[in-house]
Parts: sequence; C-alpha cells; structure tokens
Amino acid sequence: MLSLPLLLQEAHAAYEPILPAWILLLPLIGAVVNGVGAFNWRGNKAIPSIVGPAAVIGAFAIVVVNFLAMRAAAPHDPAIVSLWTWMSAGDLRIGVDLQFDQLSMLMLLVVTGVSSVIHVYSVGYMREDPGYSRYFAYLNLFVFFMLILVLGANFAITFVGWEGVGLCSYLLIGFWYENREFASAGKKAFIVNRIGDFGFLVAMFLVFVHFGTLNYETVFAAAPAALAYGGAVVTAITLFLFLGCTGKSAQIPLYVWLPDAMAGPTPVSALIHAATMVTAGVYLVARTSVLFAMAPVSQAVVAAVGAGTALLAATIATQQYDIKKVLAYSTVSQLGYMFVAVGIGAYTAGIFHLMTHAFFKALLFLGSGAVIHAMHHAYHEVHSHEDPNDMRNQGGLRRFMPITFATMWIGTLAISGIFPLAGFFSKDEIIWYTGAYGYGILWGIALVAALLTAGYMTRLMVMTFHGENRTGADAEPHLHEVPAVMWIPLAILAVLSIVGGWVNIPDALPVLPAVHALHDWLHPVFEPARGILEAHGLHDAHSSPIGGGEAMWAGISTVAAAVVIILTFRALVHRTWKPAADSTEPTGLAGVLYNKWYVDELYDRTIVLPLLALWRGCWRIVDAGLIDGSINGLAAGTRAVGWIGSLFQTGRVATYMFYFVTGVLVILATFLL
Amino acid sequence: MSFFESHWVLTVLLLLPLAGAVACLFAGKDEAKHVALVTSIAAFLLSLPLFWVFREGTPAIQNYVSIPWIGQWGIAYTVGVDGISLLMVLLTTFIMPMAILGSYSYIKRQEPTYYAMLLLLMTAMIGVFIALDMFLFFLFWELMLIPMYFIIGVWGGERRIYAAIKFFLFTAVGSLLMLVAIVTLVYLYYRQYGVVTFAYNDLVELPVTRSAQFWLFSAFALAFAIKVPLFPVHTWLPDAHVEAPTAGSVILAGVLLKMGTYGFLRFAMPFFAYAATSDVVVYTILTLSLIGIVYGAWVAAVQPDAKKLVAYTSVAHLGFVMLGLFALTSESIQGGILQMVNHGISTGALFLLIGMLYERRHTRLIEDFGGIAKVMPFFAFAFVVVALSSIGLPGTNGFVGEFLILIGTFRTHPVAAVIAATGVVFAAAYMLPMVQRVLYGPVEDEENRELTDIGLRERIVLLPALAMIVLIGVYPGPFLEKTSASVDALLQQIEMRASQAPLEPLGTDVRFDHMPILGVDED
Amino acid sequence: MNLDIELASLILSAFLFAVGTAGVLVRRNAIIVFMCVELMLNAVNLSLIVFSRSLGLEAQVLVFFVMAVAAAEAAVGLAIIIAIFRHYEGVDVDRFNLLRW
Repeated sequence: MLSLPLLLQEAHAAYEPILPAWILLLPLIGAVVNGVGAFNWRGNKAIPSIVGPAAVIGAFAIVVVNFLAMRAAAPHDPAIVSLWTWMSAGDLRIGVDLQFDQLSMLMLLVVTGVSSVIHVYSVGYMREDPGYSRYFAYLNLFVFFMLILVLGANFAITFVGWEGVGLCSYLLIGFWYENREFASAGKKAFIVNRIGDFGFLVAMFLVFVHFGTLNYETVFAAAPAALAYGGAVVTAITLFLFLGCTGKSAQIPLYVWLPDAMAGPTPVSALIHAATMVTAGVYLVARTSVLFAMAPVSQAVVAAVGAGTALLAATIATQQYDIKKVLAYSTVSQLGYMFVAVGIGAYTAGIFHLMTHAFFKALLFLGSGAVIHAMHHAYHEVHSHEDPNDMRNQGGLRRFMPITFATMWIGTLAISGIFPLAGFFSKDEIIWYTGAYGYGILWGIALVAALLTAGYMTRLMVMTFHGENRTGADAEPHLHEVPAVMWIPLAILAVLSIVGGWVNIPDALPVLPAVHALHDWLHPVFEPARGILEAHGLHDAHSSPIGGGEAMWAGISTVAAAVVIILTFRALVHRTWKPAADSTEPTGLAGVLYNKWYVDELYDRTIVLPLLALWRGCWRIVDAGLIDGSINGLAAGTRAVGWIGSLFQTGRVATYMFYFVTGVLVILATFLL
Repeated sequence: MSFFESHWVLTVLLLLPLAGAVACLFAGKDEAKHVALVTSIAAFLLSLPLFWVFREGTPAIQNYVSIPWIGQWGIAYTVGVDGISLLMVLLTTFIMPMAILGSYSYIKRQEPTYYAMLLLLMTAMIGVFIALDMFLFFLFWELMLIPMYFIIGVWGGERRIYAAIKFFLFTAVGSLLMLVAIVTLVYLYYRQYGVVTFAYNDLVELPVTRSAQFWLFSAFALAFAIKVPLFPVHTWLPDAHVEAPTAGSVILAGVLLKMGTYGFLRFAMPFFAYAATSDVVVYTILTLSLIGIVYGAWVAAVQPDAKKLVAYTSVAHLGFVMLGLFALTSESIQGGILQMVNHGISTGALFLLIGMLYERRHTRLIEDFGGIAKVMPFFAFAFVVVALSSIGLPGTNGFVGEFLILIGTFRTHPVAAVIAATGVVFAAAYMLPMVQRVLYGPVEDEENRELTDIGLRERIVLLPALAMIVLIGVYPGPFLEKTSASVDALLQQIEMRASQAPLEPLGTDVRFDHMPILGVDED
Repeated sequence: MNLDIELASLILSAFLFAVGTAGVLVRRNAIIVFMCVELMLNAVNLSLIVFSRSLGLEAQVLVFFVMAVAAAEAAVGLAIIIAIFRHYEGVDVDRFNLLRW
C-alpha cells in the first residue's frame, strides 16, 4: 500500500495524477446511491445526509492531494489520463481523456471545495424537503458533470460536462416541479443554454475540420502555424465558442435564463448559478486562450459583451426586490467582469476573479438562503403566504440572525472591492488591466459598474438586515438564526472571502508584499496565449487611459466604493418600505429597471411568439393543408371519377341493352361505311 | 463452421417467428402472448451471439448462403449479414420482445391473431435486412406491409382505417415503382451479360448508364424515401403512429423506418453510385433532410397529441440519418447507422411510455396530464431519460449518433451541418415543453391523482432500453467497430462505381425477345 | 316480280331481328322482353338456314346449338322472371335495378 508521502515523493519526479478517475467516480457513486434512495428509501434522511456531502468531500480530498503533488512537481505540460476511446469513426478519434494542468487543478479546487461547503449547508437547508434524497442525487450529479467539464482534455469531453451541468441545472431549477413557474424556469434555462451549445457544436466542427482532432493539446500546439492570425477561421471558431459561453455564463444576449433560475433551492443558486457552472464560459475562454489570442476581433467582442453585460445587469440589480434576483443580476454582472478580463487577454485576472467570486457570491447566496430559510420558517409557523424572498418583507434581521448578518456584510464588502478583501484584489486587477491594455471605454464602464455593485449590495444589506422589521407582528417572534450546519459553511466562506485575494498582490501597491502565487501557478497554461498576444502588440501602458498608476487607481476605486456604500447606507437606512403586499409597482426609470429593461417581453414578442406562430403555420397550413390536402385531394378525385362512371351503371337491363345495341351499331357503321 | 458462423442462424431467425406465429394462432386467448414473448426472446437470444461471432474489420458478407430457388429466373434464397445489416437485425430482435411485452395489457381482443401478426412482421423485417436477392428482398418488403396494415387497421385507435389505408397506399406506391426498377435492372443485366439473375452481388456489379441511373435511382429512392420518411412524403407517419397500438408504433418507429434508410445504404446508393453521388441528387436529398430536421422539429413543437409529437420527432431524427448517409463521409454514415439504432431504442421507448400513460388514462393529449412525476416517479424518471436521449444529450446514445453525423457532414457540406445543428436547439424546444406539461406542475385532474406508478412488467420492458441508452452513449465503440469496415468499403465502392459509370451501354446487346423469362427462348 | 327466295328470307330475318331488338329496347314487361330475345335468336336461325343453302350444312348444326341454348336460356330466364315476380309482384324491368353494383 502506498503511503501519501511516498505518492508525493514519486510525483516529484514527474507529476502523475493520483486516483484521477475517483475524483469523478465519487460524485457519480453519490448520485447513483442517492438516486436509488429517491425511489426506495424516500423517508430516510440519514443516508443522503452522509453520502451526498461525503462523496464531494472525498473528491475534494483527492484533489487536494493532487494539488500538492502538482505543486511539488511543477510540471510544464499537462498530464493526460486516457480512460477509454469514446468515439472512433473515420478520421475522428475522441478519447475519454482527462487533462490535469494548473488551470484545471485550480478549477478542481474551487469546484470541489465550494461544493463541499454547499453540500454540508444543504443538509440543513433541505432537511425538511420531501425530495431530500433526489436533491442530493442531482447535486452530486452536477458535481460529477462539472468535474468532467473542467477535466476534459478535448472539446468533446468538455462538451459532455457542459451539457451535463446544463441538465443538472435544469433539474435543480425545476426541483420543486409542482410549481409550474419553477418548472418553466428550468425549461427556459435549458433551451437558452442549448442555443449556446449550438455555437459550441459548430466551433467543434470547425476545429475538427481544420485540425483533424479535438484534443486541446494538439490543437493549441498546431494553431499558431495552421491558422492565420486574425483570420476568418480562427475568428469563427472563437465567436462560435463564445456564443456557447454567453449561454452558459449568462451574457448578453442569452443572460435571461439566470435570473429565472433563482426558482431553484438557494444552495443550488449558490453552487450552480453563482460559484461554478456559470463560470464555465470564462473557463472555456481561458482554456482556449490560444485561439482567442489569435482572433483580435473575437477578443474585442468578448470584452465588449462582458462590459456591456456587467453594466446592464448592475443597473437592473439596483431595482429588484427579490433578494435572490439582486444576487442573480449581480452574478451576471460579475461574470461580465470576468469576460472583460479574459477578453482583453488578462487571463489570470479573469480566473482570479472567478475564484474570489466563487467564494463571496457563494457566501452571499448561502446567506440569503439563511435569510429565506428563517423567513420561510417564520411565515410557515403563522401560515402566512407572504413571499419570504421579498426584501420589502424583511428588514431588521440583524437582531435575529447575527452570524448571517456579519458574514453577509463581509461578502458585500468583498464584492464591492473594499480593501483588503478578496474582491478588491481580483476586481481591481481586471479594471486596471482593462485600462492599461488600452480599452478606455470598457475601463470606464467597468468602473461605473463597480460603483453600482457597491450601491445595490448595500441596498440589499440595508433592506434585509437594517431598519425596522417588516415581517409582520405575528411572524416576527419566529425569526431566529439558522443551525450550525448552515452557519459554519457561511463562516468558512467568509474567511475565504477575506483571504482569497491574497494569492495575488500586485507589485505596485505600497507597503504590502508582492505576491504572485496565482500568476506563477497559471503561467504555464497561459504562456502560449500571452506569447501570441505580446507578439502582436499587446503592451502594458503602466498607466490608466486618463493617467495615474495602478496603486493610485486601486486606492481611488476602493475609496469610491466605500463612499458609495456609506452614502447608500445613510440614504436608505431610515427609509421605510411597505411590505410587498402593500407596495405598488415602481414607475419611471425605476419601473423600467424593475422590469429588467423589458428584455424578456422583447424576446417574447420578437422571437418566441413569431416562432410559435410559424410552427403552427407549418403544421396547419403546410402539413395538414398543403401536403395532406393534396394527398387527400388525389384520393377524393379518384373517388369522384369513379362516381361519375357509376352513373352509367343504372342496373336496368334495358339501359345495358341500349349501350350494347348502340355499340354494335357504331361498330357496324365504322366497318361498313 | 459453428452454427453461429453458418447461415443456419439466419435461417432459423427467419423461421422461428414464423413458427411462433402459427403457434400463436393455435394457442388459446390467454396463452398467445406468452408464446409470442417466448418466441421473440428466443430469437433475440439466438441473434445475440452474432454480435460477438461477427468478424470485424472486413466488409465481407458473413453467414452467407445462396440456395437456388426458382432456378430458371435466377432467383435464389440468398442471405447474409455485414456490419450494417447485423446491427439492424439485432435492433429488430431487441425491439420485438419489448413491443410484445409492452402489449400484454394493451391488447384486449383477438390476441392470437394480433401476436401472430407481430411475429409474422418480425420474420418479414429480419428478412428485409438479411436478404441478398432482390426478389427475396422485395418479397419480404411487401410481406411486412400486410401484418402492419392489420395491426393498425384492427387494433388501432379511432381513425385506424384511414391511417391503415394511408399507410398502405403510401408504401405501396413507392414499392411498385421499385419493383419496376428491380425488373429493369435484371433486364439490363441480362442484356449486358446474357444471364438472368436477381442476386444482389451480381446486380451491384452491373454498369448502368448514367442517364438510366437517374431513373432507376429515383424509383428506388421514392420507395425508400416514403419509408424513411423524408419530407414531403412523411404525412402517413403521424397518422399511422397515432392510430397504431403501442407495439405497432414501437415497431414502426423502431424498425420499419430504418428499412428506408437501410435501403438507401444497401441498394440505392451502391446500385446507382453515379446518380447517388451526383450533385443534383445529393443536394436534393440533403435539402429534404434539412427540411425534415427543422420542419419536423417545428411541427412537433406545436402538437397537442403526445404520440403525434413523437411521430414528428421521428421525421426530424430520420432527417439526421439521411443527412449523414448523403454527406458521404465515413463519420457521418457510421453516425447515421448508429443513429438508426439509437432512434429505434429511444423512440421505441418513448412510444412505450406514452402507451403506458394511455392505458391508464385513455388519452394522449398532453393537456390532460400534468404533475405525473408526483404520482408516477419511476415513470417520470424513465420518461426524462428517454426524452434526454431523444434530444441528444451527451452521455446518451442520441448524442453520439448526431455528433458523428454532424461532424462528418461538416467536412463535405458545412452549411448543411450548421443548419442541421440548429435542430439540436429545436429538439429541446419540442421535447422539454412536453416533459414539463406531462410530468411537472400541480396535479389538477383528479383522475391523474389516482394513477399507479409503472409496475414490474413495465419496468422490465423499459430497463433494456434505458440500459442501452446509457451504454451506447458512454461506450459506442463496439457498435461503431461493427460498421466501420463495411462503411469504408461501401464508400470506396460508391466512389469507384460513380467514376466508372458508362455514358452508353457497354458490350454486346442481347435482344430483348430472347429473354428466357418471357418464355420465347425455349427451343 | 321475281324475288329471290334467299334474298327475301334474309330481308325477313333482318326484319325479325330489328323487331326483336326494338322490342327488347322499348318494352317494359320482362316476359315480352324475353320473347323479343327469342325472336332475335330465331331471326338469326333463319339467316343461318338461308346461308346453309349456299355454304353447306355446318350452318344448320349451328342452328341446333342456338335452339339448345335458347331452350336453356328460356328455362333459366323464366325461372329468374318468376323469382322476380314473386319478390316484386311485377315484371316491369324499369322497376328494378338489381344489377346496379
């Protein structure tokens, strides 16, 4: 039997993934066990409570061991684990291959780490739900597919994970399927995602036709020589890939599913719709950075879409009343930041923000889950049907839920970019590079969106935790803090939200030690792409578009964010809201923002309804009318001719005799005359 | 030579269901179904070893035999399998027990005749896939029509007569023209070589002039296109599916439709390689396939009747198969063949599932359901898995087939592949709303609240399909290996023959009136 | 006026045939229609006998055939007419169209 130190020692020579298949197998086994449980021991809460989290924590443990081994070996090239040949036909060979490199390792850590925390939290949150076992089956399955997505060594395997997480997202959004709206939200998510997947598919076809393989390593090694820089092919590949990303990562124009996805249980929102799945698009762009680096047009599109989404979603977030909707739009906005980063070529900054965002957004969602849990419980006790998610029904919760209150403030400060929390470092890095690489407009947008972030998050905190309680006099006594199984995950994530940014501290900041851990770690992965970018004129201006160095702008942005927080707090803390039931819908600009710029309605009117009409037309007019009409018409015509012929058959002997004689006479006449 | 390497396994496979059919007729009202089930399972177990005995890596016909039958007309009992027909035969024997067991409680009158018809149909279907004599092939091809006609017409739904006649007429129109083409082909062969033969291996070698190829190809293609069905000759399918009893729909979707695509692959394309690879034919068929994919999905999305919806999805799925075949790349054709198997399994399972609902509620209208997941959880699980396979989710069989088709098609016809790929989006747009409206939402109809979840027999019916969905999705290797040699050889053959197709008739012209078939040359 | 006996017989035969045909066409009583058919047959018999004078005895053989067939026909035909009469209480051919499919 191999001991752990021995394994690590061996790995030092050359990194060999340790128990790679088990990273995938454990969550899969968990999913199967819980799935069987969903049918066979539905009342049993103990098995899912143990199996569900244990499967993921086990995977996390293996990942940590692998991480240590990789750190010790510091390999330059990725380690590929081939499991079996998936498809083989003609020239196409697709293996079930897993790729262990620094990027996938980081993602593995984030995914399994955050998942572990959220699984534990779910034990508390979902305890009372009749679908408890089913819930963990889905959640384990999600982790399984997410790990496939991250580990795939070729486009096709990544795509398996890509669609698999979409499936789990669909199942979990519609987890409470008896609610028709929830089920519809799941369906919407799946279909919108499929539009993106179409892009991914076409990109794969293009890659295969031009490279004869879908393996990342081969493609990336061959790309600079095989494709022209900025050529149509590489631009098409990357744009189609990015279409996939806009679906999965909720960017313009396909972001509309994510806010609706909040119909799922809150831990699901935290895990899938904040920390992991929705960042898959960012991961994909980073993974294919070589291709994107060769396509300046696509880069610009990615960055511009990211910035646009960041701003649009932030504006909508300022006027939402559903606590989860605010966080959902916040997620969309933060994902926009990540795309700006990977779009301009600051890949490490994008992945950095992906990581810190996973911490603080998971924290915020779980915090909101705790709030909803408490609210739901209180309303349940008094048989009220008020909306526990609506912030207008909350307020003053800090007195009842001190731990949630404190941890959520940490999350809020982190996402707002307040020094020295995680968000400060990651977001600052993105904004800084956007300016320094010469994207002046995007830089401005990013700054404005950052201030909006501070604003809407403070509004959320004030409406939820400060001021007077609006839950209602009878429900109020039932509000209390969540159990330890739920607040301990909050605490863990709060700690990560504070220290998570310290892995990358820029040189420019005074006093602080310069830390490049993340940059150095990811360097081997992004080296080729950075090489291409730098060869084609990417340069660091070392100053923002309107002057000033990194340290100065970091200071300005954190101070500005702090000012926004203080101003928003002071402006809102004494304001009184009516409970949701007594409120009217906002009007004017607030109304437009509350209604999300009417984008859903626009899509419905311009795309969904016309399509449905067209489809009905196809059925009623073309199929039933034209095709079947002509076939049935042919049959009717045949019948009509037969009917006319039958008129001559009177059945009377005399008639027939008459025909006979006439015939004879005609023949005689013909022959004789 | 062992039993499984000789032709006897095929011959027994043909005769066993026939014997079972006779036995069913003589069996009692309640025993007939057991007889049928045992027969079909025996046939399945008999065919199963073929999968391993089959020698991969060679396009040669295996288990081959040719026994003269009507000697003076060159007709023989010629059967054999290659990688393509092997999968089709296995698909048939795999689907039949499911279809029969799925009928156990559905069919409540004239059971002996019903099960005899099913088994007769089985013989005909296996015959179509293994026949290598054009006469024999045509015999089985037409034979298959009769039991299906009665299955729809006698045990079907309300408009069963209309559907049965429509099915019969559509198919008959196509096959008559095909018969003319077969006879013409035999005649041309005689004129060329002075020998009358219906043997596939002989006829396939005949160099047919380019202009004649188009006429003959069209005659074959019409027969097969109706069967596939290609747009715009697809309208018999929704009616036939809706009216047919569950087993009828399962077999119709599972096996019968594949005869069209199989026919293209086995006969129309190698016989008339020049016509089949000419631009006008390829673009016509690709266009019709694309219309089938997109249009089938569109029309499916707005169907109120669950069975009709699934019927239209068949139009879309078979559109993918046709696209793959006529893209003429190894990847796409192999994908097409695999997709034939996949569609048989998943659409067959879908029809079984809808049949189970129908048995309980006596309605197929989607709006009559809702919240079924609550009362029938295992049913819901199976339904979702099969639906996901149907929309081609990676990890299920549907994805492997569609992916190979699309990626292969992209090599030769990129625009077509991109248009076809939108079908992936539309697939979600027709399947998920149905899943949602049937399974999710509150249980509003009191009748639905009383429904019982599917029982042991029904689970046994579904489990093989569910297992295959995942197995082919995750590990399609063994299936692709079966077809790869055959497909590569076929492609080479087509390419070679297309380039060698003569402009004018070759060689000596034997006079028509000396043809012994006409009985003049007897002196 | 020296009318050839053969010609005269043929003219008579044609006349009888025409009368028979007209009767079949215009009369409505089944019995009369039937008798007119017999008339037509006998007209043919007459012309056969005329031709046998010049062409040989074979034609007279045919006459016997015709008579035999006519007898058989009469038997079957009358039986049918009686059956129809019993059923419809009348033998007016315009009143029934049994032959219509």
